[in-house]
Amino acid sequence: MLGKFGKLRRNIALVSVLGFTLILAQGLMTTATRAAEPIKIGFSMALTGALAGGGKQSLVSMEMWAEDVNKKGGLLGRPVELVYYDDQTNPKNVPGIYAKLLDIDKVDFVVSGYGTNLIAPAMPVVIQRDLVFMGLFGMNNNKKWKYDKYFQILPSGPNPAVDFSRAWFDTVMALDPKPKSIAFIAADAEFARNLKEGAVTNAKRIGLKITYNKNYKPGTPDYTPIIRAINATNPDVIYVASYPNGSVGIVRAVSEVGTKARGFGGGMVGLQFSGIMKGLGPKLNGILNYDFYVPEPNMNLYPGVVDLLARYQKIAPSRKVDPLGYYLAPWSYAYLQVLGDAVNAVGKIDHAAIAKYIHATEFSTVVGKVKFGKNGEWANGRTLTVQWQNIKKQNDLQQFTKPGIRKIMEPAAFATGTVKPFNALR
Amino acid sequence: MFSFELLINAIVIGILLGGFYAALSIGLSISFGLLDIVNIAHPAFIILGAFICFIFNSHYGIDPILMGIIFSPVFFLLGLLIYRIYYERFEKTGAEALRGLAFFFGLMFIIEVILIMSFGVDFQMVQAGYIDFKATFGVVDIPFRMFVPFVFAMLMAIGLQWFSSRTFFGRAMQAVAQDSLALRLMGIDPVKIKTIAFGISIATCSIAGALLVIVIPIEPSVGRLYIGQVFAIVVLGGLGSQSGTLIAAMLLGLVESLITTFFGPSWSPAVAFGALILVLAFKPTGILGRVGDTRG
Amino acid sequence: MRNNRFYLLIGVLFVLSYLATAFVDNQYYFFAGFAILQLMVMALAWNILGGYAGYVNFGSAAFFGLGAYSAIFVLQLFDATLFTQIIVAGCFSGLVGFGTGYLTLRLRGVYFAIATLALLVVSETLIVNWDYVGGAAGAYVLPKRNPEILGVLVVGKSGALFGNYKELLFFLMCTIALITIVICRFIENSKFGRGLAALRDNEEAAESMGVPTLKLKLIATSLSASIMGITGGTFPYYMTFIDPISAFNLDISVNALAMPLIGGTGSWLGPVLGALVLGTLQQVVTVTISSSINLLVVGLFLVAFVIFAPGGFLGLIQKYWKRGG
Repeated sequence: MLGKFGKLRRNIALVSVLGFTLILAQGLMTTATRAAEPIKIGFSMALTGALAGGGKQSLVSMEMWAEDVNKKGGLLGRPVELVYYDDQTNPKNVPGIYAKLLDIDKVDFVVSGYGTNLIAPAMPVVIQRDLVFMGLFGMNNNKKWKYDKYFQILPSGPNPAVDFSRAWFDTVMALDPKPKSIAFIAADAEFARNLKEGAVTNAKRIGLKITYNKNYKPGTPDYTPIIRAINATNPDVIYVASYPNGSVGIVRAVSEVGTKARGFGGGMVGLQFSGIMKGLGPKLNGILNYDFYVPEPNMNLYPGVVDLLARYQKIAPSRKVDPLGYYLAPWSYAYLQVLGDAVNAVGKIDHAAIAKYIHATEFSTVVGKVKFGKNGEWANGRTLTVQWQNIKKQNDLQQFTKPGIRKIMEPAAFATGTVKPFNALR
Repeated sequence: MFSFELLINAIVIGILLGGFYAALSIGLSISFGLLDIVNIAHPAFIILGAFICFIFNSHYGIDPILMGIIFSPVFFLLGLLIYRIYYERFEKTGAEALRGLAFFFGLMFIIEVILIMSFGVDFQMVQAGYIDFKATFGVVDIPFRMFVPFVFAMLMAIGLQWFSSRTFFGRAMQAVAQDSLALRLMGIDPVKIKTIAFGISIATCSIAGALLVIVIPIEPSVGRLYIGQVFAIVVLGGLGSQSGTLIAAMLLGLVESLITTFFGPSWSPAVAFGALILVLAFKPTGILGRVGDTRG
Repeated sequence: MRNNRFYLLIGVLFVLSYLATAFVDNQYYFFAGFAILQLMVMALAWNILGGYAGYVNFGSAAFFGLGAYSAIFVLQLFDATLFTQIIVAGCFSGLVGFGTGYLTLRLRGVYFAIATLALLVVSETLIVNWDYVGGAAGAYVLPKRNPEILGVLVVGKSGALFGNYKELLFFLMCTIALITIVICRFIENSKFGRGLAALRDNEEAAESMGVPTLKLKLIATSLSASIMGITGGTFPYYMTFIDPISAFNLDISVNALAMPLIGGTGSWLGPVLGALVLGTLQQVVTVTISSSINLLVVGLFLVAFVIFAPGGFLGLIQKYWKRGG
């Protein structure tokens, strides 16, 4: 279709474009003349896109870990170097990134990015090469693979989806009189749906009647119709599995419309993020939600977590990340801690031996004692159920750094308060 | 599960939601509907406006809508500039509307990156007195968080409608879409009209951004969620008709709200777009589009 | 390019792609190569409807996603092999394409584009609500260990045709790309292609001259959709975990459209060049600069390119060589 061109000219054009492409691609063939010295840990991380808030938070604390380890002499006497690329919260980028890390950058260890969807595509790459793989906040990534070198730092328990919400149900069943019915609303996206399925299992186990069970599209701007529809079915408690923008919308909607339900919350992602906590303020009072770490007195018994967060909070503003870092910073530090401690204990880069060691050991980390069970999930869950109480000020972030705001309901070992009905606190 | 209270509230929220959608789409009904410019970066400009309102609100406590209105001249000038570039490279050389598409895609990415680098990727919200206020009339609740944006969306729509039909520029804008040769013969420079029209469409983004950040929490990539919807609304309403866009937005808001209340929210996007396909199957030029308009 | 030379080149590339999987050790090239080839096939398929016939399709991701999910469906239903998945994917998407072409009979230009966008949203919503294929929670796909065809071990650690699935997928995608190029070139030089061109230039005139526009439109849409579906069919095995958000992502539609725009829509060479350049750029930037600068680079590149070379690469070549001769 190029008309009167000679095929010679077209061929030249084709070849020059191919050449240009190859030159571009050459940028990838980074030199292999690196000193054998540093131990490289490679991973993809969501630094842009929907999960970037969590990803960037994690990265800051992971870099702090690397600093700390190097101060103490590194791993196996060699300095640690983190090699990472932005997966842009797009799973399609993940396989390629891990292939580059392993084949071109020649990293010694790999850990995962943040979130189930970004961990999943890396599994076959890792499994094929038989490497230890630490996962950060992924739900059930190993359920089908049953890979023996995968370990997850999400503190949900051996059956993640179900165990995650167990504590919440234990909490609401402590309300008096006991709830008899429940409504479910979840975002149509991976984590929320999994949580909801697990929660439904728990509800059925307890014998609660399900009055409403629906999902919503993540981009929905207004949730008042949903709350009204739920209220029309008169549930005693409401379990919500939502993502940040949905969580905000739902909290606002329930503040406007009100509800007779005595327990509200469950799996709302985003309420742990500083910007959202600050923005919602007193509207959060009474909500019962999951959490992993809150600044309550007995949580600060985790060795080193208070210092970690203090250091994190100093650099957070300049790195434009979540100012408080409660949600991910301790955990992303911990998953590297487990790896580092195991490597040092085994004494050499032997993935089989390291995996065996991790399975067999109880680690002492900034998030307390960690022990892994089947499929690399936690042997014992430690997801918290907290109830927001006593939030008085609008638009004030500092009030959330003090104890008494997110009172821990469950697990009993950590409890700092007893559950109160939703409307009693508003 | 049906009750009168549920129905009336669903309708009210549907209308308010429709107003919100109208605010997001009205600028596009000018740039895409009248001028045939596939400005896929329209939502990105809205987010830009939203962040500007956020930053002034968070540092100085200025009301977001006020900020949106104050900044609209700046956005207007930005629109003028962008149109000049677009015109020089695309329209002048006679390339079809689609060539400019890649240009606006690139622009969308650039805006998103600038936002990420300036504000970070975390969700942000604004504070304003009326956001938590709710007016109640019997069983009907009117949340001001939705009502205030609705009011301003209507003002903007009515303002534009008045502008289009009563002022010289406005009528010239309508004319340039229909027959720019005739316009030229009357001594008016169509390019100047188009430039101003595009400027106006971008200026609406400043106000729409303010309304957006009142309704939902924002982060730099949140604009992508709305691309499909705003284009669908403009097409559904009929290219070239601002009132059509308004009607389409209202329809969409109502349908979404009613489906959500009575059937379950997960089907609402399919229903909305399904409705679009149906309308286009029977009236290919949209609700108020001109019959026989074979824009391509 | 004369026929013989062309087919010879295709044959050579086919053989080379297999040899590459046998001799190249560094796995990364297969990942990146797969990604770029996938973009290329989508761009070529888009161009059949968009470049040749002039109908701009915003919903490429719908055909891709439906292909991916039909593969998952047959996998769940009767543990289908990769090849079956791909074929089913192609057929199903082709059917959907046919239906789309039929429904959008009277739509032209921009309206058609928006209708395809609507199709994308509706497909995604349907899949999100269909729990048999995983719904919003996503579906895990575990590739079969040591699959065989007619007794020959296809994928395995030793003694097989391919060392691992990524190599197999790379080779498959290469083959699909080559076949698609052959198809496109064939269309360009055929009566079908000339009919499409008439459609693109002026549909009313074409119709009044007796060109069977409806038939042509249906064939073009079905073919384009079918190829996109085939590409989608390889997706589950490559990613091993898919969910509606990634299978129906708007960026698939964007890329399918941007690459022919950048490369040029006149012939098969345009999408190929566009995919090679933009695809490689995206891959390189992901693993080198890698931060929000990523998006900035791609964005600037798009803007600059489209401003200075509105006819795409092919347009540039035309302009440059015209001056010379």
